[in-house]
Amino acid sequence: MASVVVEQVSKKYVTPSGDACLALQDLNLNIEKGEFFALLGPSGCGKSTLLHIIGGLNSADGTILINGEPVRGPGLNRGIVFQEYALFPWQTVIENVAFGLKMKGVPKKKRLQTAREYLALVGLSGFEERYPDQLSGGMKQRTAIARALAFDPEVLLMDEPFAALDAQTREILQAELLKIWEKTGKTIIFVTHSIEEAVFLAQRVAVITARPGRIKKIVDIPLPDQRYAEEDIRSSAAFSGVRHELWKLLSEEVVNSGALSGLGAEPSQTAIANPAVKQVLQPVSPVLQERGNDA
Amino acid sequence: MKIRILQFGAILLLLSAWQILPAHNIINPNFLPPLSETARTLHELVVTKQLQGHILISLKRIVYGLGIALLVGYPLGLLMGWFRNFEKVVDAPLQAGRQISALALFPVFILIFGIGEFSKAIIIFWASFWPILLNTTVGVKNIDPILIRSARSMGARHINFFLNIIVPASAPSAFTGIRLGASYAFMVLVAAEMVGANKGLGFLVLNSQETFKIPEMYAAIVTLCLFGLLINHLLLSLEQRSTQWRQVRARN
Repeated sequence: MASVVVEQVSKKYVTPSGDACLALQDLNLNIEKGEFFALLGPSGCGKSTLLHIIGGLNSADGTILINGEPVRGPGLNRGIVFQEYALFPWQTVIENVAFGLKMKGVPKKKRLQTAREYLALVGLSGFEERYPDQLSGGMKQRTAIARALAFDPEVLLMDEPFAALDAQTREILQAELLKIWEKTGKTIIFVTHSIEEAVFLAQRVAVITARPGRIKKIVDIPLPDQRYAEEDIRSSAAFSGVRHELWKLLSEEVVNSGALSGLGAEPSQTAIANPAVKQVLQPVSPVLQERGNDA
Repeated sequence: MKIRILQFGAILLLLSAWQILPAHNIINPNFLPPLSETARTLHELVVTKQLQGHILISLKRIVYGLGIALLVGYPLGLLMGWFRNFEKVVDAPLQAGRQISALALFPVFILIFGIGEFSKAIIIFWASFWPILLNTTVGVKNIDPILIRSARSMGARHINFFLNIIVPASAPSAFTGIRLGASYAFMVLVAAEMVGANKGLGFLVLNSQETFKIPEMYAAIVTLCLFGLLINHLLLSLEQRSTQWRQVRARN
Protein backbone atom coordinates (compact mmCIF):
# COMPACT_ATOMS: atom_id res chain seq x y z
CA MET A 1 0.00 0.00 0.00
CA ALA A 2 1.18 3.45 -0.82
CA SER A 3 2.29 5.52 2.14
CA VAL A 4 1.13 8.87 0.80
CA VAL A 5 -1.63 9.28 -1.77
CA VAL A 6 -2.49 12.63 -3.28
CA GLU A 7 -5.78 12.51 -5.19
CA GLN A 8 -7.12 15.27 -7.40
CA VAL A 9 -5.73 18.00 -5.20
CA SER A 10 -6.41 21.58 -6.30
CA LYS A 11 -5.71 24.75 -4.42
CA LYS A 12 -7.23 28.11 -5.14
CA TYR A 13 -6.47 31.22 -3.23
CA VAL A 14 -7.28 34.88 -3.45
CA THR A 15 -4.44 37.33 -3.88
CA PRO A 16 -4.35 40.45 -1.71
CA SER A 17 -5.60 42.44 -4.71
CA GLY A 18 -8.69 40.24 -4.79
CA ASP A 19 -7.90 38.09 -7.84
CA ALA A 20 -8.55 34.38 -7.72
CA CYS A 21 -5.49 32.30 -8.44
CA LEU A 22 -5.07 28.60 -9.03
CA ALA A 23 -1.92 27.38 -7.30
CA LEU A 24 -2.37 23.64 -7.82
CA GLN A 25 -4.59 21.81 -10.28
CA ASP A 26 -5.77 18.19 -10.19
CA LEU A 27 -2.60 16.83 -8.70
CA ASN A 28 -2.18 13.08 -8.25
CA LEU A 29 0.70 11.25 -6.58
CA ASN A 30 1.38 7.81 -5.14
CA ILE A 31 4.38 7.69 -2.86
CA GLU A 32 5.47 4.30 -1.60
CA LYS A 33 6.29 3.45 1.97
CA GLY A 34 9.94 4.14 2.68
CA GLU A 35 10.42 6.02 -0.57
CA PHE A 36 12.54 9.15 -0.95
CA PHE A 37 10.48 11.34 -3.22
CA ALA A 38 11.39 14.83 -4.43
CA LEU A 39 9.10 17.57 -5.69
CA LEU A 40 11.03 19.74 -8.13
CA GLY A 41 9.64 22.84 -9.74
CA PRO A 42 10.17 26.49 -10.55
CA SER A 43 9.65 29.04 -7.80
CA GLY A 44 6.05 29.80 -7.06
CA CYS A 45 4.79 26.60 -8.71
CA GLY A 46 3.08 25.58 -5.51
CA LYS A 47 5.37 22.74 -4.48
CA SER A 48 5.73 24.08 -0.96
CA THR A 49 1.99 24.64 -0.85
CA LEU A 50 1.49 20.99 -1.77
CA LEU A 51 3.85 19.94 1.01
CA HIS A 52 1.97 22.04 3.53
CA ILE A 53 -1.32 20.58 2.30
CA ILE A 54 0.06 17.08 2.90
CA GLY A 55 1.21 18.32 6.30
CA GLY A 56 -2.34 19.43 7.05
CA LEU A 57 -1.31 23.06 7.52
CA ASN A 58 -3.23 24.26 4.44
CA SER A 59 -6.63 23.17 3.26
CA ALA A 60 -7.31 22.22 -0.36
CA ASP A 61 -9.80 20.48 -2.61
CA GLY A 62 -9.15 16.77 -3.14
CA THR A 63 -7.92 14.03 -0.87
CA ILE A 64 -4.66 13.21 0.88
CA LEU A 65 -4.27 9.75 2.36
CA ILE A 66 -1.55 8.71 4.78
CA ASN A 67 -1.57 4.92 4.99
CA GLY A 68 -5.14 5.03 3.76
CA GLU A 69 -6.20 7.56 6.40
CA PRO A 70 -7.49 10.87 5.06
CA VAL A 71 -5.67 13.99 6.27
CA ARG A 72 -7.89 16.46 8.10
CA GLY A 73 -5.24 18.61 9.73
CA PRO A 74 -1.76 18.45 11.20
CA GLY A 75 -0.85 15.20 12.88
CA LEU A 76 2.06 13.40 14.41
CA ASN A 77 2.13 10.81 11.63
CA ARG A 78 3.87 13.52 9.60
CA GLY A 79 6.90 15.55 10.61
CA ILE A 80 7.72 18.79 8.83
CA VAL A 81 11.14 20.37 8.38
CA PHE A 82 10.93 24.00 7.29
CA GLN A 83 13.48 25.98 5.33
CA GLU A 84 13.52 28.60 8.09
CA TYR A 85 14.26 25.90 10.72
CA ALA A 86 11.33 27.16 12.80
CA LEU A 87 12.99 26.18 16.06
CA PHE A 88 11.52 27.70 19.21
CA PRO A 89 14.15 30.19 20.38
CA TRP A 90 12.96 30.03 24.01
CA GLN A 91 13.65 26.32 24.23
CA THR A 92 16.99 24.58 24.42
CA VAL A 93 17.99 22.20 21.65
CA ILE A 94 16.83 19.15 23.59
CA GLU A 95 13.54 20.78 24.55
CA ASN A 96 12.95 21.60 20.90
CA VAL A 97 13.61 18.02 19.86
CA ALA A 98 11.35 16.70 22.61
CA PHE A 99 8.50 19.07 21.76
CA GLY A 100 6.44 16.69 19.62
CA LEU A 101 6.74 14.00 22.28
CA LYS A 102 5.61 16.49 24.90
CA MET A 103 2.52 17.25 22.84
CA LYS A 104 2.02 13.50 22.55
CA GLY A 105 2.00 13.29 26.34
CA VAL A 106 5.20 11.28 26.72
CA PRO A 107 6.61 11.66 30.27
CA LYS A 108 9.55 14.01 30.66
CA LYS A 109 12.26 11.47 31.40
CA LYS A 110 11.28 9.26 28.49
CA ARG A 111 11.01 12.09 26.00
CA LEU A 112 14.36 13.60 26.95
CA GLN A 113 15.95 10.21 26.52
CA THR A 114 14.40 9.81 23.07
CA ALA A 115 15.41 13.36 22.15
CA ARG A 116 18.98 12.55 23.14
CA GLU A 117 18.98 9.53 20.84
CA TYR A 118 17.80 11.59 17.88
CA LEU A 119 20.32 14.33 18.62
CA ALA A 120 22.98 11.64 18.48
CA LEU A 121 21.54 10.47 15.15
CA VAL A 122 22.03 13.93 13.62
CA GLY A 123 25.45 14.34 15.23
CA LEU A 124 24.52 16.93 17.83
CA SER A 125 25.36 15.11 21.06
CA GLY A 126 26.77 17.61 23.52
CA PHE A 127 24.64 20.49 22.28
CA GLU A 128 21.52 19.56 24.27
CA GLU A 129 21.51 22.61 26.52
CA ARG A 130 22.32 25.20 23.88
CA TYR A 131 19.72 27.61 22.61
CA PRO A 132 18.98 27.75 18.86
CA ASP A 133 20.55 31.21 18.64
CA GLN A 134 23.86 29.67 19.67
CA LEU A 135 23.89 27.28 16.70
CA SER A 136 25.05 27.65 13.11
CA GLY A 137 22.54 27.29 10.27
CA GLY A 138 23.57 23.72 9.60
CA MET A 139 23.25 22.77 13.27
CA LYS A 140 19.85 24.43 13.45
CA GLN A 141 18.63 22.36 10.55
CA ARG A 142 20.05 19.20 12.10
CA THR A 143 18.10 20.05 15.23
CA ALA A 144 14.96 20.59 13.16
CA ILE A 145 15.44 17.21 11.48
CA ALA A 146 15.93 15.52 14.84
CA ARG A 147 12.82 17.26 16.11
CA ALA A 148 10.72 16.08 13.16
CA LEU A 149 11.98 12.51 13.60
CA ALA A 150 11.76 12.31 17.39
CA PHE A 151 8.02 11.70 17.58
CA ASP A 152 8.48 8.91 15.05
CA PRO A 153 6.23 10.09 12.22
CA GLU A 154 5.34 7.89 9.27
CA VAL A 155 6.35 10.53 6.76
CA LEU A 156 8.98 13.26 6.82
CA LEU A 157 8.01 16.37 4.85
CA MET A 158 10.95 18.61 4.02
CA ASP A 159 10.38 22.07 2.58
CA GLU A 160 13.62 23.21 0.91
CA PRO A 161 15.42 22.47 4.16
CA PHE A 162 18.93 23.15 2.88
CA ALA A 163 18.24 26.18 0.68
CA ALA A 164 19.47 28.69 3.24
CA LEU A 165 22.75 26.88 3.92
CA ASP A 166 26.14 27.42 2.33
CA ALA A 167 27.11 24.96 -0.42
CA GLN A 168 29.50 22.91 1.68
CA THR A 169 27.16 22.47 4.61
CA ARG A 170 24.39 21.63 2.19
CA GLU A 171 26.35 18.76 0.64
CA ILE A 172 27.29 17.38 4.02
CA LEU A 173 23.69 17.48 5.22
CA GLN A 174 22.42 15.90 2.00
CA ALA A 175 24.69 12.91 2.53
CA GLU A 176 23.70 12.71 6.18
CA LEU A 177 20.04 12.88 5.33
CA LEU A 178 20.47 9.84 3.07
CA LYS A 179 22.12 7.96 5.93
CA ILE A 180 19.32 8.95 8.29
CA TRP A 181 16.76 7.84 5.73
CA GLU A 182 18.56 4.51 5.42
CA LYS A 183 18.62 4.04 9.21
CA THR A 184 15.05 5.12 9.93
CA GLY A 185 13.29 3.87 6.82
CA LYS A 186 11.00 6.89 6.74
CA THR A 187 9.01 7.95 3.74
CA ILE A 188 10.48 11.33 2.78
CA ILE A 189 8.90 13.97 0.57
CA PHE A 190 11.48 16.59 -0.21
CA VAL A 191 10.69 19.90 -1.89
CA THR A 192 13.52 21.60 -3.75
CA HIS A 193 14.19 23.90 -6.67
CA SER A 194 17.68 22.48 -7.11
CA ILE A 195 17.99 19.78 -9.78
CA GLU A 196 21.27 18.53 -8.33
CA GLU A 197 19.76 18.16 -4.91
CA ALA A 198 16.75 16.27 -6.24
CA VAL A 199 18.96 13.88 -8.23
CA PHE A 200 21.39 13.32 -5.38
CA LEU A 201 18.70 12.58 -2.82
CA ALA A 202 15.61 11.08 -4.36
CA GLN A 203 14.59 7.74 -5.82
CA ARG A 204 11.91 9.46 -7.86
CA VAL A 205 11.53 13.12 -8.78
CA ALA A 206 8.24 14.72 -9.74
CA VAL A 207 8.61 17.80 -11.92
CA ILE A 208 5.87 20.30 -11.13
CA THR A 209 4.69 22.70 -13.83
CA ALA A 210 4.59 26.45 -13.54
CA ARG A 211 1.39 27.81 -12.02
CA PRO A 212 -1.07 26.23 -11.86
CA GLY A 213 1.08 23.43 -10.47
CA ARG A 214 0.55 20.02 -11.99
CA ILE A 215 2.73 16.93 -12.29
CA LYS A 216 4.61 17.28 -15.52
CA LYS A 217 6.55 14.06 -15.25
CA ILE A 218 7.83 11.66 -12.66
CA VAL A 219 11.42 10.63 -13.34
CA ASP A 220 13.13 7.59 -11.81
CA ILE A 221 16.64 8.29 -10.59
CA PRO A 222 18.87 5.41 -11.68
CA LEU A 223 21.31 5.68 -8.80
CA PRO A 224 21.88 3.24 -5.91
CA ASP A 225 20.34 4.11 -2.53
CA GLN A 226 23.79 4.25 -0.95
CA ARG A 227 24.93 6.81 -3.47
CA TYR A 228 26.44 8.97 -0.70
CA ALA A 229 29.10 6.31 -0.26
CA GLU A 230 30.27 6.55 -3.84
CA GLU A 231 33.06 8.90 -4.59
CA ASP A 232 31.96 12.02 -6.45
CA ILE A 233 28.76 10.51 -7.75
CA ARG A 234 27.72 13.92 -9.00
CA SER A 235 30.25 13.55 -11.83
CA SER A 236 29.03 10.12 -12.93
CA ALA A 237 27.38 9.59 -16.31
CA ALA A 238 24.14 8.34 -14.77
CA PHE A 239 23.96 11.45 -12.60
CA SER A 240 24.52 13.96 -15.38
CA GLY A 241 22.21 12.06 -17.73
CA VAL A 242 19.23 12.26 -15.44
CA ARG A 243 20.14 15.76 -14.36
CA HIS A 244 20.04 16.87 -17.98
CA GLU A 245 16.67 15.24 -18.50
CA LEU A 246 15.27 17.10 -15.49
CA TRP A 247 16.92 20.30 -16.60
CA LYS A 248 15.13 20.15 -19.94
CA LEU A 249 11.80 19.50 -18.25
CA LEU A 250 12.33 22.25 -15.74
CA SER A 251 13.72 24.91 -18.06
CA GLU A 252 10.49 24.90 -20.07
CA GLU A 253 8.61 25.55 -16.87
CA VAL A 254 10.87 28.34 -15.75
CA VAL A 255 10.16 30.06 -19.07
CA ASN A 256 6.43 29.39 -18.68
CA SER A 257 6.40 30.72 -15.15
CA GLY A 258 7.62 34.05 -16.52
CA ALA A 259 10.21 34.12 -13.79
CA LEU A 260 12.88 35.25 -16.19
CA SER A 261 10.82 37.57 -18.33
CA GLY A 262 11.92 41.15 -18.30
CA LEU A 263 15.53 40.20 -17.86
CA GLY A 264 15.95 39.27 -21.51
CA ALA A 265 17.87 36.20 -20.47
CA GLU A 266 17.62 32.66 -21.67
CA PRO A 267 17.05 30.33 -18.74
CA SER A 268 20.55 29.16 -18.20
CA GLN A 269 21.24 26.18 -16.03
CA THR A 270 22.96 28.26 -13.43
CA ALA A 271 20.03 30.64 -13.22
CA ILE A 272 17.69 27.78 -12.49
CA ALA A 273 19.87 26.08 -9.96
CA ASN A 274 21.15 29.20 -8.26
CA PRO A 275 19.05 29.92 -5.17
CA ALA A 276 20.17 33.55 -5.08
CA VAL A 277 18.79 34.14 -8.54
CA LYS A 278 15.65 32.27 -7.61
CA GLN A 279 15.06 34.46 -4.64
CA VAL A 280 15.38 37.64 -6.62
CA LEU A 281 12.99 36.37 -9.22
CA GLN A 282 10.60 34.66 -6.88
CA PRO A 283 7.03 35.92 -7.05
CA VAL A 284 5.27 36.16 -3.72
CA SER A 285 4.60 32.58 -2.77
CA PRO A 286 1.05 31.51 -1.98
CA VAL A 287 2.23 30.23 1.36
CA LEU A 288 3.32 33.68 2.38
CA GLN A 289 0.10 35.20 1.28
CA GLU A 290 -1.94 32.76 3.24
CA ARG A 291 -0.11 33.30 6.45
CA GLY A 292 -2.50 35.95 7.60
CA ASN A 293 -5.48 33.64 7.37
CA ASP A 294 -3.81 30.72 9.00
CA ALA A 295 -2.39 32.67 11.88
CA MET B 1 36.18 49.33 33.55
CA LYS B 2 36.70 52.87 32.29
CA ILE B 3 32.95 53.19 31.79
CA ARG B 4 32.37 51.97 35.34
CA ILE B 5 34.59 54.71 36.73
CA LEU B 6 32.81 57.35 34.67
CA GLN B 7 29.40 56.02 35.73
CA PHE B 8 30.43 56.21 39.34
CA GLY B 9 31.88 59.66 38.76
CA ALA B 10 28.60 60.96 37.32
CA ILE B 11 26.67 59.86 40.39
CA LEU B 12 29.32 61.28 42.69
CA LEU B 13 29.21 64.61 40.87
CA LEU B 14 25.45 64.87 41.28
CA LEU B 15 25.58 64.00 44.98
CA SER B 16 28.42 66.43 45.72
CA ALA B 17 26.55 69.21 43.90
CA TRP B 18 23.59 68.51 46.15
CA GLN B 19 25.87 68.75 49.17
CA ILE B 20 28.02 71.72 48.20
CA LEU B 21 25.58 74.10 46.50
CA PRO B 22 23.13 74.47 49.43
CA ALA B 23 25.91 74.28 52.03
CA HIS B 24 27.54 77.36 50.50
CA ASN B 25 24.25 79.17 50.08
CA ILE B 26 24.47 79.08 46.29
CA ILE B 27 21.07 77.45 46.49
CA ASN B 28 18.83 78.47 49.37
CA PRO B 29 19.19 75.60 51.89
CA ASN B 30 15.69 76.27 53.15
CA PHE B 31 14.36 75.05 49.83
CA LEU B 32 17.01 72.43 49.15
CA PRO B 33 18.76 71.23 52.30
CA PRO B 34 22.15 69.67 51.66
CA LEU B 35 22.45 65.93 51.11
CA SER B 36 23.88 65.35 54.57
CA GLU B 37 20.85 66.89 56.26
CA THR B 38 18.45 64.95 54.05
CA ALA B 39 20.33 61.77 54.86
CA ARG B 40 20.20 62.51 58.56
CA THR B 41 16.45 63.10 58.39
CA LEU B 42 16.01 59.91 56.43
CA HIS B 43 17.95 58.03 59.07
CA GLU B 44 15.82 59.60 61.81
CA LEU B 45 12.61 58.58 60.03
CA VAL B 46 13.89 55.02 59.80
CA VAL B 47 15.02 54.87 63.43
CA THR B 48 11.70 56.19 64.70
CA LYS B 49 9.98 53.64 62.42
CA GLN B 50 7.87 56.36 60.81
CA LEU B 51 9.12 55.68 57.30
CA GLN B 52 8.43 51.93 57.46
CA GLY B 53 4.75 52.58 58.01
CA HIS B 54 4.55 54.85 54.99
CA ILE B 55 6.49 52.44 52.81
CA LEU B 56 4.35 49.51 53.85
CA ILE B 57 1.07 51.19 53.03
CA SER B 58 2.39 52.48 49.69
CA LEU B 59 3.72 49.06 48.84
CA LYS B 60 0.36 47.50 49.66
CA ARG B 61 -1.40 49.91 47.31
CA ILE B 62 1.06 49.14 44.53
CA VAL B 63 0.70 45.41 45.02
CA TYR B 64 -3.08 45.60 44.87
CA GLY B 65 -3.31 48.00 41.93
CA LEU B 66 -0.55 46.44 39.87
CA GLY B 67 -1.70 42.96 40.85
CA ILE B 68 -5.22 43.51 39.53
CA ALA B 69 -3.82 45.13 36.38
CA LEU B 70 -1.67 42.06 35.83
CA LEU B 71 -4.47 39.59 36.52
CA VAL B 72 -6.81 41.36 34.11
CA GLY B 73 -4.45 42.90 31.55
CA TYR B 74 -2.17 39.96 30.88
CA PRO B 75 -4.79 37.30 30.05
CA LEU B 76 -6.86 39.84 28.16
CA GLY B 77 -3.77 40.85 26.17
CA LEU B 78 -3.06 37.19 25.29
CA LEU B 79 -6.64 36.74 24.09
CA MET B 80 -6.66 40.00 22.15
CA GLY B 81 -3.38 39.18 20.46
CA TRP B 82 -4.50 35.73 19.44
CA PHE B 83 -8.16 36.15 18.57
CA ARG B 84 -8.20 38.89 15.94
CA ASN B 85 -11.97 39.17 15.89
CA PHE B 86 -12.12 39.52 19.65
CA GLU B 87 -9.59 42.31 19.39
CA LYS B 88 -11.66 44.06 16.74
CA VAL B 89 -14.73 43.94 18.95
CA VAL B 90 -13.09 45.29 22.10
CA ASP B 91 -10.67 47.64 20.38
CA ALA B 92 -12.86 50.76 20.21
CA PRO B 93 -13.89 50.93 23.88
CA LEU B 94 -10.36 50.06 24.95
CA GLN B 95 -8.80 52.73 22.77
CA ALA B 96 -11.19 55.27 24.25
CA GLY B 97 -10.48 54.11 27.80
CA ARG B 98 -6.78 54.24 27.20
CA GLN B 99 -6.97 57.94 26.41
CA ILE B 100 -8.53 58.81 29.75
CA SER B 101 -5.85 59.75 32.22
CA ALA B 102 -6.01 57.89 35.50
CA LEU B 103 -5.80 61.22 37.31
CA ALA B 104 -8.87 62.50 35.49
CA LEU B 105 -10.78 59.47 36.71
CA PHE B 106 -9.69 59.79 40.33
CA PRO B 107 -12.63 62.04 41.28
CA VAL B 108 -14.93 59.52 39.65
CA PHE B 109 -13.45 56.63 41.60
CA ILE B 110 -13.66 58.63 44.84
CA LEU B 111 -17.27 59.41 44.06
CA ILE B 112 -18.15 55.78 43.46
CA PHE B 113 -15.81 53.86 45.78
CA GLY B 114 -15.17 56.49 48.46
CA ILE B 115 -11.78 57.74 49.55
CA GLY B 116 -10.54 54.43 50.99
CA GLU B 117 -8.00 51.92 49.82
CA PHE B 118 -10.16 50.51 47.05
CA SER B 119 -10.31 53.68 45.00
CA LYS B 120 -6.52 53.98 45.30
CA ALA B 121 -6.05 50.43 44.09
CA ILE B 122 -8.41 51.12 41.19
CA ILE B 123 -6.62 54.24 40.07
CA ILE B 124 -3.26 52.44 40.14
CA PHE B 125 -4.88 49.59 38.28
CA TRP B 126 -6.13 51.99 35.64
CA ALA B 127 -2.70 53.48 35.05
CA SER B 128 -0.76 50.22 34.88
CA PHE B 129 -3.39 48.18 33.07
CA TRP B 130 -2.87 49.77 29.64
CA PRO B 131 0.81 49.16 29.04
CA ILE B 132 0.43 45.57 30.26
CA LEU B 133 -2.55 44.95 27.99
CA LEU B 134 -1.12 46.60 24.90
CA ASN B 135 2.38 45.18 25.11
CA THR B 136 1.08 41.68 25.68
CA THR B 137 -1.25 42.02 22.69
CA VAL B 138 1.59 43.23 20.48
CA GLY B 139 3.85 40.46 21.74
CA VAL B 140 1.33 37.81 20.70
CA LYS B 141 0.58 39.43 17.36
CA ASN B 142 4.27 39.56 16.47
CA ILE B 143 4.93 35.87 16.96
CA ASP B 144 6.63 34.53 13.83
CA PRO B 145 3.93 32.65 11.85
CA ILE B 146 6.43 29.94 10.95
CA LEU B 147 6.73 29.04 14.64
CA ILE B 148 2.97 28.76 14.85
CA ARG B 149 2.92 26.43 11.84
CA SER B 150 5.77 24.44 13.26
CA ALA B 151 4.01 24.00 16.61
CA ARG B 152 0.76 23.06 14.88
CA SER B 153 2.55 20.46 12.79
CA MET B 154 3.66 18.80 16.00
CA GLY B 155 0.18 18.60 17.37
CA ALA B 156 0.21 21.63 19.72
CA ARG B 157 -3.38 22.65 20.27
CA HIS B 158 -5.62 24.56 22.67
CA ILE B 159 -4.18 25.03 26.14
CA ASN B 160 -0.96 23.22 25.22
CA PHE B 161 -0.45 25.62 22.37
CA PHE B 162 -1.15 28.64 24.56
CA LEU B 163 1.17 27.61 27.36
CA ASN B 164 4.02 26.26 25.24
CA ILE B 165 4.03 28.73 22.37
CA ILE B 166 1.97 31.87 22.92
CA VAL B 167 3.08 32.56 26.49
CA PRO B 168 6.86 32.13 26.07
CA ALA B 169 6.98 33.71 22.61
CA SER B 170 5.21 36.86 23.81
CA ALA B 171 6.99 37.01 27.16
CA PRO B 172 9.64 39.63 26.27
CA SER B 173 7.05 42.13 25.08
CA ALA B 174 4.72 41.35 27.98
CA PHE B 175 7.55 41.96 30.45
CA THR B 176 8.22 45.36 28.91
CA GLY B 177 4.55 46.15 29.51
CA ILE B 178 4.72 45.00 33.11
CA ARG B 179 7.76 47.15 33.84
CA LEU B 180 6.11 50.14 32.20
CA GLY B 181 2.97 49.41 34.18
CA ALA B 182 4.94 49.36 37.41
CA SER B 183 6.49 52.75 36.74
CA TYR B 184 3.08 54.23 35.87
CA ALA B 185 1.75 52.70 39.07
CA PHE B 186 4.32 54.68 41.04
CA MET B 187 3.49 57.95 39.40
CA VAL B 188 -0.20 57.56 40.07
CA LEU B 189 0.35 56.25 43.59
CA VAL B 190 2.02 59.48 44.63
CA ALA B 191 -0.76 61.59 43.13
CA ALA B 192 -3.44 59.47 44.77
CA GLU B 193 -1.77 59.70 48.16
CA MET B 194 -1.52 63.45 47.84
CA VAL B 195 -5.24 63.81 47.23
CA GLY B 196 -6.85 61.53 49.74
CA ALA B 197 -4.62 59.79 52.25
CA ASN B 198 -3.17 60.20 55.70
CA LYS B 199 -0.34 57.75 55.19
CA GLY B 200 1.98 56.66 52.43
CA LEU B 201 5.03 58.15 50.75
CA GLY B 202 3.03 60.52 48.55
CA PHE B 203 1.25 61.83 51.62
CA LEU B 204 4.57 62.22 53.39
CA VAL B 205 5.96 64.35 50.56
CA LEU B 206 3.03 66.74 50.46
CA ASN B 207 2.44 66.84 54.21
CA SER B 208 6.07 67.61 54.93
CA GLN B 209 5.99 70.46 52.47
CA GLU B 210 2.77 71.87 53.94
CA THR B 211 4.19 71.73 57.46
CA PHE B 212 7.51 73.07 56.19
CA LYS B 213 9.54 70.01 57.15
CA ILE B 214 11.57 70.38 53.99
CA PRO B 215 14.32 67.81 54.81
CA GLU B 216 11.58 65.29 55.52
CA MET B 217 10.01 66.06 52.13
CA TYR B 218 13.30 65.32 50.37
CA ALA B 219 13.79 62.20 52.45
CA ALA B 220 10.40 60.98 51.23
CA ILE B 221 11.26 61.81 47.62
CA VAL B 222 14.56 59.94 47.88
CA THR B 223 12.71 56.97 49.35
CA LEU B 224 10.26 57.00 46.45
CA CYS B 225 13.17 57.05 44.02
CA LEU B 226 14.96 54.14 45.71
CA PHE B 227 11.69 52.25 46.01
CA GLY B 228 11.04 52.64 42.27
CA LEU B 229 14.57 51.60 41.37
CA LEU B 230 14.27 48.52 43.56
CA ILE B 231 10.98 47.37 42.01
CA ASN B 232 12.30 47.94 38.50
CA HIS B 233 15.43 46.01 39.34
CA LEU B 234 13.40 43.12 40.75
CA LEU B 235 11.20 42.98 37.67
CA LEU B 236 14.21 43.17 35.39
CA SER B 237 15.99 40.29 37.07
CA LEU B 238 12.78 38.25 37.02
CA GLU B 239 12.52 38.98 33.31
CA GLN B 240 16.10 37.99 32.66
CA ARG B 241 15.68 34.79 34.58
CA SER B 242 12.55 33.76 32.69
CA THR B 243 13.76 34.78 29.23
CA GLN B 244 17.28 33.42 29.39
CA TRP B 245 17.25 32.62 25.70
CA ARG B 246 17.17 36.32 24.90
CA GLN B 247 20.37 36.96 26.84
CA VAL B 248 21.93 34.31 24.65
CA ARG B 249 20.62 36.06 21.56
CA ALA B 250 21.97 39.41 22.74
CA ARG B 251 25.42 37.93 23.29
CA ASN B 252 25.61 36.34 19.84
